[in-house]
Amino acid sequence: MTNTEIQNIVSSWNDKLEFSEEESEFLNVMVPPEDIHDICSQLKAHKDLKFDYLFCVTGMDWGKELGVIYHLESTTFRHNIVVKVKTEDRENPSWDSVSDIWYTAEYHEMEVYDFFGIKFNNHPNLKRLFLPPDWQGFSLRKDYVDEENMIIK
Amino acid sequence: MESTVKGSLKTEEYFINMGPQHPATHGVLRLILTIDGEIIKNVEPDLGYIHRSIEKMCERDSYQQIVHLTDRMDYLSSHINNEAVCLVVEKALEIEVSDRVKVIRTIIGELTRIASHCLWWGVTGMDLGALTTYFYAFRDREMINDIFEETCGARLTMNYNIPGGLMFDIHPNFVKRTKEFIAHFKTKIPEYDRLLTGNVIFHKRTKGIGVLSKEDAISFGASGPVARGSGVSCDIRKIHSYSAYDRVDFNEALLTDGDCFARYNVRIQEMWESLSIIEQLIDNIPEGDIITPTKAVIKLPKGEYYQRVETARGELGVYVNSTGTKNPYRFKFRSPGLSNLSVINSLSKGSKIGDLVAIMSTIDIVVPDIDR
Repeated sequence: MTNTEIQNIVSSWNDKLEFSEEESEFLNVMVPPEDIHDICSQLKAHKDLKFDYLFCVTGMDWGKELGVIYHLESTTFRHNIVVKVKTEDRENPSWDSVSDIWYTAEYHEMEVYDFFGIKFNNHPNLKRLFLPPDWQGFSLRKDYVDEENMIIK
Repeated sequence: MESTVKGSLKTEEYFINMGPQHPATHGVLRLILTIDGEIIKNVEPDLGYIHRSIEKMCERDSYQQIVHLTDRMDYLSSHINNEAVCLVVEKALEIEVSDRVKVIRTIIGELTRIASHCLWWGVTGMDLGALTTYFYAFRDREMINDIFEETCGARLTMNYNIPGGLMFDIHPNFVKRTKEFIAHFKTKIPEYDRLLTGNVIFHKRTKGIGVLSKEDAISFGASGPVARGSGVSCDIRKIHSYSAYDRVDFNEALLTDGDCFARYNVRIQEMWESLSIIEQLIDNIPEGDIITPTKAVIKLPKGEYYQRVETARGELGVYVNSTGTKNPYRFKFRSPGLSNLSVINSLSKGSKIGDLVAIMSTIDIVVPDIDR
């Protein structure tokens, strides 16, 4: 299915979605944080889309906003879509977990929480994945400072 | 009287640590097991013992430097990891490398896959109590490492790829020695089969153990031989072909049982397929430049780039977000190991500790790849 056809289907679900194909090889859709679980479950369940393979979950710090990028593929149709979520709330960023839709999200969301401090509601086991539990701060944020362990040019 | 005594007897669940120094965890992975007697109730991996924050280091480094960091993730697929970063840089800069580079990258990539599967085969046998396999596999893997050493100067972390091509041309002996290896290894895979594949003890340890359904494999994001053992067609070399894979004819190893034995057989078949790919390419490596020059300081145009490659363990994804400077704004590795490891709890619930060792072996994890 072409990107235009995918966009036509997805855009009919919610009028707050923003689509973009600039500076990227995939079709990108920006989803408001409160709608992420709803949109994702429809992306997987829709009979002509069937996005059943979540192959990459990337945490992002755009400077002002924090966010997550979900790369999706359909193993049936082999088409892709990239779902993005962002929030300006750097103190307490949170939205719903998608780990009940794609099991793989459980570990990847733990990784995002570990490095960016984004909390996922209804996650079965949200804790730091790699860093020790008593680690201070979120290391992949752009404003993270660690004078002991980081070499800053 | 007797029955009431039996009825009041209870077993208690308790925790046990497997690793981080357990030999079957292949590195520093700690599994926290909840067990009832010898039955596993829950497995929780505790990761991060070898976390080096490679993604944060990438934000500081130039693109040429990043290539060198990727060796240290999945060190058994180091060439393929390097290739992934080079491909994404070449895609962003719209550089077309010569056919010679593509073919050499493919041949060395497949040799890497065989070397990785060799090591896996050796340690799988060893984990399940057959020490001999380790020596057989290392004898053959040594030949590949010698070929790498002669051409690249290193045996494991090769750093042979650079953005735009290869570090230097192949060694004059490369073709001859690779052909010698193919002829040698073709007689050795049947030997592997005689030693382990047909062994009745091995069958009892792997058949019907750790069954992963097709739906779960997709949902857990499993890739590589783990997913293909469950019947998921996911070979990036076929689906999103790169380098010279579009000009060779090979089959994707697919089995549907989903148990440890299926994952084992997928890797054995992949070794045959890799040999066939190398055979198709080795006799006619095209002439051409080994490097398409890039600027000394590489700056990717503003935008997002994604490249997927098939390592020996599964799908490696590289996501780059560039703002147009000499360093990436964000560099993310989607490692095959983390997603493959996430199946371990659902696979081993209700089985015994010995089965967990078989499951871990056939998932074939490399811990630095998971921790990054």
